[in-house]
Amino acid sequence: MSFILDYYNYWVVVFLMMAGFYIVISANNLVKKIVGLNIFQTSVFMLYISMGKVTGGTAPIVVEGVTQYSNPLPHVLILTAIVVGVATTAVGLSLIVRIKRAYGTVEENEFENKDDAI
Amino acid sequence: MDFLDIVSSILLLAGVFFGFSGAVGLFRFPDFFTRVHAASVTDSIAAILIIGGLLLQTSFDLNTAKLVFILLFLLVTSPTASHALAKSARHGGLLTLAETSPQDKQESAK
Amino acid sequence: MAEFIDLVLLAMLALTALRIIFLKDLFAVVMLFGIYSFLSALIFVNLDAVDVAFTEASVGAGISTVLMLVTLAMTGRKEKQSTHSTILPLFVVLVTGAALIYGTLDMPPFGHPDNPVHQHVAPRYIEESPKEVGLPNMVTSVLASYRGFDTLGETVVVFSAVIGVLSLLGVRRTKKKDLESGLETHKVLHVVSKIIIPLVILFALYVQFHGDFGPGGGFQAGVIAAAAFILYALVLGLPKAFAVVGPKFLQWMAAAGVLLYASVGLYSMYKGGNFLDYNTLAADPIAGQHYGIIIIELGVGITVFAVMLNIFYAFGSQAERSNIQ
Repeated sequence: MSFILDYYNYWVVVFLMMAGFYIVISANNLVKKIVGLNIFQTSVFMLYISMGKVTGGTAPIVVEGVTQYSNPLPHVLILTAIVVGVATTAVGLSLIVRIKRAYGTVEENEFENKDDAI
Repeated sequence: MDFLDIVSSILLLAGVFFGFSGAVGLFRFPDFFTRVHAASVTDSIAAILIIGGLLLQTSFDLNTAKLVFILLFLLVTSPTASHALAKSARHGGLLTLAETSPQDKQESAK
Repeated sequence: MAEFIDLVLLAMLALTALRIIFLKDLFAVVMLFGIYSFLSALIFVNLDAVDVAFTEASVGAGISTVLMLVTLAMTGRKEKQSTHSTILPLFVVLVTGAALIYGTLDMPPFGHPDNPVHQHVAPRYIEESPKEVGLPNMVTSVLASYRGFDTLGETVVVFSAVIGVLSLLGVRRTKKKDLESGLETHKVLHVVSKIIIPLVILFALYVQFHGDFGPGGGFQAGVIAAAAFILYALVLGLPKAFAVVGPKFLQWMAAAGVLLYASVGLYSMYKGGNFLDYNTLAADPIAGQHYGIIIIELGVGITVFAVMLNIFYAFGSQAERSNIQ
């Protein structure tokens, strides 16, 4: 049982990562691909935060009488990564909007055939 | 066990009950408007009861004030959200269960 | 108990991800993604990462969902039946997943205080930062002071993202007459949002300046303030929002935030320290740290606010334009 509790977080992270990966490589629709990328990204965040957790620790804000804190470094890295992540998502979505205007579709297999027409 | 603790746990349990019934209603009710009704039960009464229960657990300091603010926000925003949702559905031409004709019901049942 | 909550939340997260794979209705996919973000924010709270949870709840569930919905308004909400075979992707995913699971078996067990991650740098941050920087929130100290250079880089990335979006889409001011602006028929929404918006902005300011002592800081505050203006634009229409804060002004604001951040670094060099060395900003090193952190958090907040709002303006004006056509 303790073996499962020790690794459960990492396994769920791998599962989520693979779910996102599967959406990215199998979906035809570009918006859905972006959602898949975001799921992948969130699973990486989860991995970092899981590694920063210390059992019995508290949030890394100094409180009187607490000696055990969780590791603040992964929190810093992921906090900025989330904001950068939404910024890059926005760039991706705006590319999709331009593709829609140029090709009239956001389905991958449909605009591949239209390259010659433009 | 303190008197306040007992009251607070009763409130929390009642909140859990209403939250659960809202979730069940969301799945079991037949059409959009009845589902919004079920979901808004969770939003309003369950949230009030749970925050009320938590209020009695605090030692009446800054956390109490924060909880009161959360309660006030929820009281303003969640009915508004339910209202906007139902109104948009109405605006988009969705009919309630009573308004749909028996024929439609038969067709949707098929 | 914490482990149990963790297990339940992670299982819910996995179920949500599974549902997203099989749904064809993209509107439902985006809403589920919002739920996914909220669930992961809850897990972050449970894993003691309160600052991260705060950011994920406001960014992932708030701004990303809005941006994806606006994109859907332009590209259509149905995914067409895929023509790919599903066997090859499934095979690739299963093999990669199995390899990664095999890799996790070598990792140190979850939550153990003796894990290698907790042996380097972290003890110094935990023990020394309250004395060296003098702030209770270690995340803010590390973000703004120890790794200030890193955060400057992130702010520049966010800034360059808005340059990318604007050069791809651009913000178009539509003429007022050919527009039905906002949600005219929703009177209740108008009244309530007018009550809520000032409170949201007040909360954003609280998060901005209380970030030294509790969870919060420039990144979260900027996003929350942007959310208030996005609510205004959604309810009353883009032209009225443009009248309050115009897109041109926001471009200046985004640049000003980055400049404010970088100029703190240059000023500390002028005072004889290294780049972004706040100790030199005042006679007392700890007071210097406080000045430096407050100013650079303000720069981050201004940039993030301006970038998020401007990205929303770009998407919103595109959607309105495609509605008119």
